[in-house]
Amino acid sequence: MPKLTIDGIEVEVPAGTTILQAAEQIGIEIPRFCYHERLSIAGNCRMCLVEVQPGPPKPAASCAMPVAEGMTVKTNSPMAVKARKGVMEFLLINHPLDCPICDQGGECDLQDQAVAFGYDRSRYTEQKRAVQDKYMGPLVATEMTRCIQCTRCVRFAQEVAGAPDLGGVNRGEHMEITTYVEKAIGSELSGNLVDLCPVGALTSKPYAFNARPWELKKTESIDVFDAVGSNIRVDARGNEVLRVLPRLNEDVNEEWLGDKSRHAIDGLRRQRLDTPYVRKDGKLVPASWQEAFAAIAAKVKTTSGAKMAAVAGDMADAESMVLLKDLLTALGSRSFDCRQDGAVFDLSNRLSWQFNSGIAGIDEADAILIVGSNPRWEAPVLNARLRKRYLTGKAKFALIGEATDLTYKVDHLGTGPDALKAVADGSSPFAAVLKAAQKPMIILGMGALTRKDSAAVLALASQVVDSCGLVKDGWNGFNVLHTAAARVGGLELGFVPGANGRDLEGILSGAEKGELDFVYLLGADEIDTKRLGKAFVVYQGSHGDAGAMRADVILPGAAYTEKSGTYLNTEGRMQRTARAVFPIGEAKEDWTIIRALSEVLGHTLPQNTLAQVRDRLAAISAVFDEDTAVPAGKWGAFGAAGTTDAAAFESPVKNYYMTDPISRASRTMAECTEVYVNGNQKRKTGTHG
Amino acid sequence: MSSHYPDPNVPQPETFAFTPEVMEQAKVFIAKYPAGRQRSAVMPLLDLAQRQDGWLSRAAMDYIAGLLGMPPIKVYEVATFYTMYRLRPVGKHHVQLCTNISCWLRGSDDVKRAAEEVFGIGFGQSNDEATLEEVECAGACVNAPVAQIGDDYYEDLTYDNAKALFQALKDGKPVQVGSQIGRQTSCPEGGPTTLKGDA
Ligand code: SF4
Ligand code: FES
Ligand code: FES
Repeated sequence: MPKLTIDGIEVEVPAGTTILQAAEQIGIEIPRFCYHERLSIAGNCRMCLVEVQPGPPKPAASCAMPVAEGMTVKTNSPMAVKARKGVMEFLLINHPLDCPICDQGGECDLQDQAVAFGYDRSRYTEQKRAVQDKYMGPLVATEMTRCIQCTRCVRFAQEVAGAPDLGGVNRGEHMEITTYVEKAIGSELSGNLVDLCPVGALTSKPYAFNARPWELKKTESIDVFDAVGSNIRVDARGNEVLRVLPRLNEDVNEEWLGDKSRHAIDGLRRQRLDTPYVRKDGKLVPASWQEAFAAIAAKVKTTSGAKMAAVAGDMADAESMVLLKDLLTALGSRSFDCRQDGAVFDLSNRLSWQFNSGIAGIDEADAILIVGSNPRWEAPVLNARLRKRYLTGKAKFALIGEATDLTYKVDHLGTGPDALKAVADGSSPFAAVLKAAQKPMIILGMGALTRKDSAAVLALASQVVDSCGLVKDGWNGFNVLHTAAARVGGLELGFVPGANGRDLEGILSGAEKGELDFVYLLGADEIDTKRLGKAFVVYQGSHGDAGAMRADVILPGAAYTEKSGTYLNTEGRMQRTARAVFPIGEAKEDWTIIRALSEVLGHTLPQNTLAQVRDRLAAISAVFDEDTAVPAGKWGAFGAAGTTDAAAFESPVKNYYMTDPISRASRTMAECTEVYVNGNQKRKTGTHG
Repeated sequence: MSSHYPDPNVPQPETFAFTPEVMEQAKVFIAKYPAGRQRSAVMPLLDLAQRQDGWLSRAAMDYIAGLLGMPPIKVYEVATFYTMYRLRPVGKHHVQLCTNISCWLRGSDDVKRAAEEVFGIGFGQSNDEATLEEVECAGACVNAPVAQIGDDYYEDLTYDNAKALFQALKDGKPVQVGSQIGRQTSCPEGGPTTLKGDA
């Protein structure tokens, strides 16, 4: 490990570390534009120049220079500062300095560093170069005259996103960053380009000219558009969410965020349920909370508990689920389900439904078998992690399911259960790969677990675990990739059929046949509402989607940005959203609605505060308790052996951009659907933004 | 340099494919690189495509990207970087005149005038016979002023010899490649100036 001195501080770092990284370790930040810790090193902006001895008497680019024994580095010597000032002056030669009309203003690396290293006036009197703006899709706005050719965007698209659509064409002062063919960046992670661009060349199209960063109230929260639980920051002004940005969490989303999670937020202001509704003479009419509760109470009074059921949706928070379950249990119902897609797990063992190795476990896995999942659309950030692992060359990948471009190469073993059977009985060559691996993993998607034969598929997967040694000391390679943010929380708190209770299929067929009279939908919109028959339907949720349309009473709830809710991600990691804005109109936080309803129904729930609801959750399972470590569960055999259908596994996500009431209400997502799913690449004319 | 940018007024062909003979040549280039590194052959292949069509269309670049299994943008990057690749059609004679300092001091303005008079076009313009272009240092300053026409260099140009040269090209008559004043390679003009005899 070479030892070197940086600004008089001695530091020892592993060989191969660059000067910039070494300085970072001791808290010295060297300015940079092109360097990014998650991208390859380009060394083309020269902002990170420092003085290095011994060596030639000229400044060196610290981001690209590896440390050496006995080096002395000065990051702030007159030579380094002068060099940096010179670089800054060069960068500004062709930069338009249009900060007052630039969306990056206030959070621009160039602006900040120009304040630190720029001269206060320009010596440049010649014409500046101007570059034509480029089309990069519905999410990324461009102002290419501002580009400083750091190539971060090019490297991101190629390396992280696996969509090598961007490049630098021409050369010298004519160089331009472009797709060359004016097409949308083919990635579900394209929004991250905006975060990466150190200047205002790439900015967010939907957010264009909306706000200045200092006007925004920033709230740290959790994303609920998929089951990854990406950490986000919600930026709001007044009572409006204006944008969502990723927050760093190495174990979950690193620093990336999927396009839907980032840009579906305009759906938060459209199609909202802002007041209760009651169906009168076949028509939904606005009502007061009292009227709505009274209508429910009237029905409940005449209905036996056995004829009641509840279905929780994909974005329901654990608090409202537990209270709803408690309330309906008190009324005598045992029919609950939080699996709108009818997924099959071993409900007695959480290992059967969790991503047991953890998302970060992907970084260590050396053989990965994906079954019945299209992670690119079900969890794009997780897919980027798989790709990252792929690029190290240390893992072998195989896929059973629809052949799609996952941005990395997989060995396509087959499309249906037969291929999984071949791995389980060892006749597939990939079984040997799994056996030989130190940390093998299977990723089981909802495409495999939401079929009629899923119990048998689960049994096969379980057999693979045993025959290929996926579970061993300190490693559990059995992973379930969920698509719904609420799912793991719902399973953990037991929002599943109780003794003699009905599951989703039972509830639907029961309602269809008139055996159920009362169905409570907690944000459940993905079920076939036509099958609810003549049942009295209560819909509690934030958007006027399928569920609300069928409802007899609508209770307006809060969206995830409007409440503090507990969610378990696909790993079973407990995280909480935070309230960034207030619910719209008459809408209320979901748990308070159920608590208030319980009083009207004469079964008052004992929880009066959010803390008490959370205590209730913690009492059900330690997973919900921040302070208690959850003991690692015991592996068991899951599923039930049986015959399988040869049909191909199909990912439930048919359109990444529209999977839930919020994204279906979003105009931005509609545009993305048009471009990415329907393949209508035509550049929209009209005002940009 | 203008031929280095696509011409929005020239329609891009829908498709491109190497002729069987050119394909044979392409295979030779591809075979020079180890398996998995075929993309190293991108530059010679672009050249082949340019020779086949006279210029590089988008379809040709996409075709080569497909042939070598590389993202099309990587081919665009190469093709747009090197000015020797022509991204729009050029006339029969692609006349590239150097106007950098050495050539300019030695009379490139006169050569330009000669070309304009013979072909009837100016820099950046094109007709069936010729495309006239201003280029940066051709790397043959010793024999300045210099013109590159097609694959060949024509050096030591003056107004008169350039005019004759261009006229001959236009008329399809044979021309002398290299120095127009009989200079041997880059030796001093008019014969040796040192080491003229035994010491
Ligand atoms: S567009 Fe932004 S990220 Fe891309 S090269 Fe230019 S400055 Fe860098
Ligand atoms: S950060 Fe070192 S050259 Fe750009
Ligand atoms: S200046 Fe004309 S060839 Fe060098």
